[in-house]
Parts: sequence; structure tokens; C-alpha cells
Amino acid sequence: MPAAKPKPKVVRTSLAKVPTGIQGLDEVTGGGLPKGRVTLVCGRAGCGKSLLGMEFLVHGAVEYGEPGVCMNFEETEEKLTANVASLGFDLRDLSKRKKLLVDFVSIERNQIAETGEYNLDGLFIRLAHAVKAIKAKRVVLDSVEALFSGIVDSAILRSELSRLFRWLEDQKLTAIVTGEAGSDTLTRHGLEEYVADCVISLDHRVSDQISTRRLRIVKYRGTSHGTDEYPFLIDEEGISVVPITSLVLNHKALRDRVSTGIASLDEMMEGKGFFRGSSVLVTGTAGTGKSSLVANFSSASCARGEKCLYFTFEESPSQILRNMRSVGLNLEPWMKKGLLHFNAMRPTSTGLEGHLAVIHRLISQIRPSVVVIDPITNLVSASGSYDIKSMLVRLVDFLKMQQITSIFTNLTFAGDPQERTAAAVSSLMDTWIVLRDSKPNGRPRRELYVLKSRGMAHSREARELIVSKKGLELGLVLKDHLLASAVEGPSAVAAS
Amino acid sequence: MEKIPAKKSPAKRNATKKSAAKADANDFYRLRLYIAGQTPNSITAIANLKKICEEKLKGKYRIEVVDLLEKPQLAKGDQIIAIPTLVRRLPPPVKRIIGNLSKTESVLVGLDLQPAR
Repeated sequence: MPAAKPKPKVVRTSLAKVPTGIQGLDEVTGGGLPKGRVTLVCGRAGCGKSLLGMEFLVHGAVEYGEPGVCMNFEETEEKLTANVASLGFDLRDLSKRKKLLVDFVSIERNQIAETGEYNLDGLFIRLAHAVKAIKAKRVVLDSVEALFSGIVDSAILRSELSRLFRWLEDQKLTAIVTGEAGSDTLTRHGLEEYVADCVISLDHRVSDQISTRRLRIVKYRGTSHGTDEYPFLIDEEGISVVPITSLVLNHKALRDRVSTGIASLDEMMEGKGFFRGSSVLVTGTAGTGKSSLVANFSSASCARGEKCLYFTFEESPSQILRNMRSVGLNLEPWMKKGLLHFNAMRPTSTGLEGHLAVIHRLISQIRPSVVVIDPITNLVSASGSYDIKSMLVRLVDFLKMQQITSIFTNLTFAGDPQERTAAAVSSLMDTWIVLRDSKPNGRPRRELYVLKSRGMAHSREARELIVSKKGLELGLVLKDHLLASAVEGPSAVAAS
Repeated sequence: MEKIPAKKSPAKRNATKKSAAKADANDFYRLRLYIAGQTPNSITAIANLKKICEEKLKGKYRIEVVDLLEKPQLAKGDQIIAIPTLVRRLPPPVKRIIGNLSKTESVLVGLDLQPAR
């Protein structure tokens, strides 16, 4: 697979960056966090800010040779160690090897009486001592706002915090400071006032019982960054941000063609099939053979030795295997060869963003040439109504950037205006194949036509789709079903 | 938690009479003052503490002064954040008082030498 065209680089000599090692985050920040500066990560409780901080330190220690100190104001070393152990991080080992040091700072309000002037030198000395002990390059303060509950004199605290952040920068430490989101401010205590360079906001929303996590770069001085919200996922491998963006359209259009898996369908498309790296939408009412069509395409790509990643939101993989066997398609050998990967998810298991995050992660791991999403209808139903299209734009863009041929199915309902989801996504699609049922002379039959296919002289005729034990093939051209009538949608032609 | 044996502590700057009555722990005050270098606040705090102890606890207290610039590793054990911090190690419970100890009344309340008003 040819590499994607490198993005035009924005050169800023003054701004070095430090990779976080968090999947996707380094891409959306153009390389990581500002080196030797303080980054504020804010969000409500449970949004993942502590985890982001820990990952920053662990990746730094393990992958980038940068030891790190976590000054934690909320959780003890033991608790923190146990928490991140579930993500496969062994803090004990890292601290034994002097790569990571956790210092738990306990602040108990009732123990502190104020009797005159003071400053926070104790905190500075502790931090400096820890930094020196392991030659740390990275620091996380999680969450420094806890000090506000212990230090009553907020004027002192504020001037000390600003001194602390300056000190971190003087020491050339790359730091993350976390802060709890306030009701109408980024952080409850206005930490954003002290952080000039980079502010990242995390969000965890639950609507219709579906939770979605998003990350937004509020500010990143000296760097162009997307203002989009990026979906992210927290799973057993930690955080992964979906770095897909709709900022630019710079994917390369390929001229290679790939077979649809059905010779007669290839025939309708200049005899060659789809463009490689293009996006294909297959719409149709229930039982018109959408899944069979995409399964054929998957099988054909496996037969060429290309990997296929098949996301199914409706049927289990074993159900698909059984059903496809009934139309003469045996997918099992491809699975055994490691060419065909199924991923079955309940559409409502997470929001659209969560699904996108999973899709993105699997694509990065498996590196397929073909991705199937069957059906996209269910994915859309998982999203509520929020910005479906922009999310899909990003997904399709991402797939194109990777030069992956993608095929989406979409269930439509006869007699329904039904094209709503299809209409939302169709403009993103290079090829749109419509399947439908009709009953001319009382004999039911399936019909197929290519509604559009960008960049090629495709057939504009409707043909019968014959599904049998031997597989799928197309019958003769149906003369009474030319595209002109088809454009009005299946409901319009149902009467004919 | 790191413990420093009081007798050996090089950080010890000032100590009054040795604890004669171990059994009478509730009456004996072991105080530790954390400072960071000879800053005005540190000097004020030491002077204030001596004065208060001489007036209220004569003969039954002992003060250790810990300079964190010399012994930074000790900051963690007593959870020191602010400087100066006075820690009442005995009698229990452990108490922390921050500031340069100029507000005598707050110090007395903090040390349980005077009920809060």
C-alpha cells in the first residue's frame, strides 16, 4: 500500500514537542505536548484526566526514556498502582527501576490551622527532590486543585501556583496539571489562568444511556490544531483518541480497481469493479441481499490476499458464516488464514464515537485493505441525532487517507421516506448501489442498479440480482427500470 | 513513614530538658518545626515557637527544627506542603499548623492549649 502523502509541515523553531505515546493524541496535537511547558488537562470527575496523566508518564518512561514524577493529591501510591495495573502498567516495577515516582500528597483540612505568613516551599522541595531522584523529564500534578481545600488563604495559594508553574518551566519539565471542570469555567479554580501554552478538555457525556467520551484542544499556542472534538475510548489498553479530522481533503485518489466479487457487477463498472480506496454504499430493503453482496466483496479481497475487517452490528460472525454458506460462499478459510477479521458489536454498547474509536483502533492494528460496516444504519441509530454526518465524514476521510476500500450497507424501508440516513451519508460515498424488491407479474425478484459511481462510466441500468446456492449473479437488464425512475426512490417504482 | 530518632537528629537545633516522664506522654509536647532555609518566616516562626513554649509549656516540651533544604526527603513523611509547618507529634493526635506562628491565639488553639472560641 503506498504511503499517504505527508502533510505540509508547519515549522516553528521555538516549539518542540514531547510525544505522549497515547494513541491518536500525538496526531491531533501535531506531535505531542509542548516541551518544557505546562499543559492543563481539565474535565469532570471520571473523564479520564488522571489516566491521561499516568499514560503520559508511563509511555514517557517506557518508550521515550523520559522518567516522570506523579505528584498525586487524590490517590495513594497503592491505590494508583492498583488502578493502572488493570491497564497493564506495572508502576512498582517502574519505580524500582527509577523511571517513575509517585508522591502522594495528603491534604487534610482539619489538620491545618493558619497562624501567619507561609508559602508552599514544602511542596516545591518535595517535587524538586522527587525530580532529582530519578532525573525526571515529565511531571504530572493530579489534581493540584486539591490544595484549595487545604490552604485557606487563596491569595497565597494562587501566587504559589503561578510560581509553581513557572518553576516547572524553569526546570524544563514537561508537565500535565489536571483540573476539575467548573460549572461555567474550564476548571473550578481557574487554573487556566496560569497555563498559557496548552489546554486540553475532556468530556464524558451520557445521553440515551450511551456514553461518549470526547477530547478537545482548547488552546495550543504556536500550533495549528483542530477545534473539533475528537472521540476517544478508554479500554483495557488505555486511552485512544480517534485522530480523524475533516480539516483537509488531501487523500490521493487511486486508479487501481478492485473486483466486487461478482463478475457481472464488475461488468457494470467498466468491467473492473470499484476504485481502490473508494467508499461504497449499498442500500436496500430487508432481504435484498446487501450482506451477501458485501460478503462476496470481502471474500474476493481475501482471495487476492488482502486483509478484510468486517464490522457487524446485526449478526454474529457465526450467523454470517452460516448464512453465506447458504449462498455458496465459504468464508471460514479466510478467517483461518487471518485474512478476514470479524468484529461484532452491539450498536448500543457505546455511542457512535465509541464505535469510531474501536474501528480506528482495529484498523490501526490489523491494517486491512477492505473495511466492511454492516449495517451503518445501526451505527447511526447509536448516535442519537448528534452530528452523525460530521462523524461519518471523519470516518470516511480516515479510511480514504489509509487508502482502504470501504463498503457500508444501509437498511431502508419500503414505502418510507427511508432515504434519510442514506441521504446523510450518500454524498460521502463514491459509489452507491441500490438493491430493491419488486413483484412484476406477481413474481418477486431482487433488483440492483448502480445509482452513482464517481469517476467511471458505470452502467445506468437495473438488473436482476439472482441469489442462489451457487452464489450471486446478475441477470438481464430490466428495461422498464432505467435510472430515471429509480432516482425517485424505491417507493416511486414499487407500483410499476 | 520515615522516623528520625530524636536524639541523633542533626536537624535538631534546640532542645529543652530530656523527657523524664515517658509514662506521662499526654503531658509532654514533642514539636517539630519544618523550615526551608533561614528565611524571615522561618526565623520568625522559630522565635515565636520558643516564646510560646516557654510561656505555656515550660519544662515539658521539646522542639526539633528540620530544615528541608538540608533534608528534603523528610518532607514526605510528615506530608509537608507549606513552610513553615509545625507538627505536634506528641501528645496524640498528630496536628499540623502552618504559618510563621505570629497569631499566638491560633497557635494555642492549634496545639490544644486553649479551646477554640
